[in-house]
Amino acid sequence: MHLILFIIFAGFCLAGAINLLLQTHPINSALSLIVVMTSLAVLYLLLGAEFLAAAQIIVYSGAIMVLFTFVVMLLNAGREERTLGSRAALSVGFPSVVAILAVLSTIIIRAQGLGVARLGEGLTNDPEKSNMFQVSRVLFHELLLPFEVTSILILIAILGAVAIASPGHGYTGDDGERISHK
Amino acid sequence: MSSFAQEVPLSWYLLLSSVLFSLGVVGFLIKRNLITVFMSIELMLNAVNLSFVTFAHEWHAVKGQIFVFFVMMVAAAEAAVGLAIIIAVFRARATLSVDRINLMKL
Repeated sequence: MHLILFIIFAGFCLAGAINLLLQTHPINSALSLIVVMTSLAVLYLLLGAEFLAAAQIIVYSGAIMVLFTFVVMLLNAGREERTLGSRAALSVGFPSVVAILAVLSTIIIRAQGLGVARLGEGLTNDPEKSNMFQVSRVLFHELLLPFEVTSILILIAILGAVAIASPGHGYTGDDGERISHK
Repeated sequence: MSSFAQEVPLSWYLLLSSVLFSLGVVGFLIKRNLITVFMSIELMLNAVNLSFVTFAHEWHAVKGQIFVFFVMMVAAAEAAVGLAIIIAVFRARATLSVDRINLMKL
């Protein structure tokens, strides 16, 4: 059962990622990315991370991707024209990608002592042992200060996003005209 | 067969993670639209998150999962600021093609 679920959702992940590369319209790429992220949530659930599976769906495939699709529709971004990319990408980028993938796969395949994941291993009714209990105990005892600091980070990010995206500031008008005529 | 189908080696999860990361890098290199380049970065972040969760499962270390949680929060902040920057760039240059946004190019 675990193997079947893994194969199905890993296949969804890979298909979505490849579709993201092949599509030329940004909205199609965004929808493929939602497929990837939702399948990853299922894989987290298979690995016994219930809290992260829920957070992945809410934060990633919910909030972040809504933001992406909103911006794609707001800017009315059309089809991208295909170019071959820069010379640096061709000569350095793709060989390094292949090299990184080869090195990583070799290390992972030859690694000894990696365990197996069983279906429903971390799921329990015992409140002392559940994933949620462990996560919240560490998060709200040991790591309470970093957790609160991230809330300030998000507040600053919201203010920064509003300041950058609001019209009348930054890079509009005269300067933009000059650059577009150049 | 029945006992084999109940369990999946963790190396498969790690292989999936590395393949997703490489696809993200390839997308970063070949996409010509600013928004899809940004999406490829999100794909790479997700791939790394998957390997974090896998190792957290391997060593029964719940802090790996909490690290993923923090990565998610920072990614949310990053997406908000990044998309605001994309809106500002589009307002100034009226294009999203990375070939035409070359002001800082050497």
